[in-house]
Amino acid sequence: MTERPPAPVPAPAETGAVTAPPPAPAAGAAKTEPAKTEAAKTEAAKTGAAKTGAAMTEAAKTEAAKTEAVKAGPATALPAPPAGAGAAGRAPVLSVRGLSVRFLLPGGRRIAAVTDAHFDVAPGECLALIGESGCGKSVLASALLGLLPANAQTAGSAHLGDLDLLTAGERTLARTVRGRRIGLIPQSPAAHLTPVRTIRSQTEETVAQLTGERNRSALRTAAEQAARRAEFPLDHLDRHPHELSGGLAQRAATALALIGDAPLLLADEPTTGLDRDLVDRTVDELRRHVDADRALLIITHDLAAAERVADRVAVMYAGRIVELSEADAFFGAPGPRHPYSRGLLEALPDRSFTPIPGLPPELGDLPDGCAFAPRCDRATGLCATLPPVTGPVACHHPVPAPARTPEDVRA
Amino acid sequence: MLELHAITAGYDRRAPVVRDASLTVTPGEAVGLLGPSGCGKSTLARVAALLHRPASGTVVLDGTSVRHYRHRAPRAQRTAVGVVFQQPRLSADPRLRLSDLIAEPLRATGRRASAPARVAELADTVGLTPDLLTRRPHEVSDGQLQRACLARALVLRPRWLICDEMTAMLDASTTAALVRVVEDYRTATGAGLLAVGHDQTLLDRWCDRTVHWDTVTSAARKTPA
Ligand code: SF4
Repeated sequence: MTERPPAPVPAPAETGAVTAPPPAPAAGAAKTEPAKTEAAKTEAAKTGAAKTGAAMTEAAKTEAAKTEAVKAGPATALPAPPAGAGAAGRAPVLSVRGLSVRFLLPGGRRIAAVTDAHFDVAPGECLALIGESGCGKSVLASALLGLLPANAQTAGSAHLGDLDLLTAGERTLARTVRGRRIGLIPQSPAAHLTPVRTIRSQTEETVAQLTGERNRSALRTAAEQAARRAEFPLDHLDRHPHELSGGLAQRAATALALIGDAPLLLADEPTTGLDRDLVDRTVDELRRHVDADRALLIITHDLAAAERVADRVAVMYAGRIVELSEADAFFGAPGPRHPYSRGLLEALPDRSFTPIPGLPPELGDLPDGCAFAPRCDRATGLCATLPPVTGPVACHHPVPAPARTPEDVRA
Repeated sequence: MLELHAITAGYDRRAPVVRDASLTVTPGEAVGLLGPSGCGKSTLARVAALLHRPASGTVVLDGTSVRHYRHRAPRAQRTAVGVVFQQPRLSADPRLRLSDLIAEPLRATGRRASAPARVAELADTVGLTPDLLTRRPHEVSDGQLQRACLARALVLRPRWLICDEMTAMLDASTTAALVRVVEDYRTATGAGLLAVGHDQTLLDRWCDRTVHWDTVTSAARKTPA
């Protein structure tokens, strides 16, 4: 492995990088303009219905509306957000700017696992981070949770409200973030649940941990409530994890993730190894929580799952987010604009089923220019330089965008 | 032909996960076996790969009944079947470099001398670079390791391939790439394929025909072999 001249670890800030939506006007700004709120909500409800493949229930709508009212409550009049900002122009729950992660290995090797990632996730919105295994997406999740190994260096920021997750201490992360402000839906529920204890006892323990509740009957009620929220059947609460099907184990893990009532849910490959209908059910359940005004960041290599659940899609290649797009435009017309995203989608068995030639580059040995160049059929000499990241696509020669109306233009 | 007749198999005699399953793959044919997780299809795949002795029923491989399984199976039968599993990390010896991993079946059958040339050829086929061949499993991604596992399955030039959820953990492009490797191999050699999975779109696109787990087991019930 050849070692490259060391790049400065805080990757040069590339302004206007692949960020859609642009930052909301003010931190913590709630959207206030009534007409816009209404329109946005209806839009959200429509999207929700379309995503889950079933009409959004009246109850869910009311629930969403209530949450909305509470959130919008004390806000003072602010200028309306710029057209096309965020799911509904709301202040993001999570705002990531210039996030980079480097691993330092013995012998001076450096692995550029994540480089200069920019994105937001708003309440009531699902962002899917997609890419192949080893592209850096799980490292990004670990960085947000403060779970990187000791040899990792980070740069940039990841704001959850006022808190920068990258600089927050482990004590803060353990006490106030994980489980409380970020609910983690794990990759393998079987590994996440304690095998020797019933789901009820684990749920009650998590309630006690997160709420400080000690009263036995209150714990019992709260645990049952948590189970209900994740549609975990109450008559299975006294079972052990191994007595549950994969789908129910996933719901049990989701129930635990929801207890802290975290505004942000982070799901890392939540559907790996599940059957297609279980995948559909799992992501539909996640979508319900989004429609109840949570923000969801889902990390997945499963494009069908991403298409089903996401409002927006961020494509990661060799540690960089190379495209950030509305899910409808990405999976439907006009389709992705980055050659890698195109290739990934075309590889699906219901599309052309053609693999992208070659292999992804080693994260310890990235080229100076576009990391996709050796595999790209649009590459030119220009691609030996890092593509500008001024629009939604980090590419010198993106697939041309069809003419769009001004409101559709991002960034 | 690869014939599975009235196979009952499992890990607990009182509660077999496969009951009375029958399925036939003709030479050169690609059959997809579709079923939900936990239905027993992986156990049936292990029986077809001669890795699991069924409690009852028979496997007939190219006209010869299989009497012994696993390491006790006669070499001619063992080497006629190549198998790839869902989780490359569970099926790859973590101590071996990828080149040794691919060559393992050659060493086990005393064809060590042909290993370097054959490994180089297969690495090229499955898209592994010489640099990756020197690494151990924990130093490569799931996709790269699965490429190595597929190369290992092909190294003895089997007449039959069993792919049990081979691509379930992989991204779309790696999936398409590995399926193409299998299909190129089958075109070149006329090998038959049993691809077990839960993704109907994938199996329909990949295979000549896709059979559902229910029909494999209930058809057998109606017309016992
Ligand atoms: S920058 Fe060049 S090599 Fe990279 S994806 Fe775009 S066209 Fe291809």
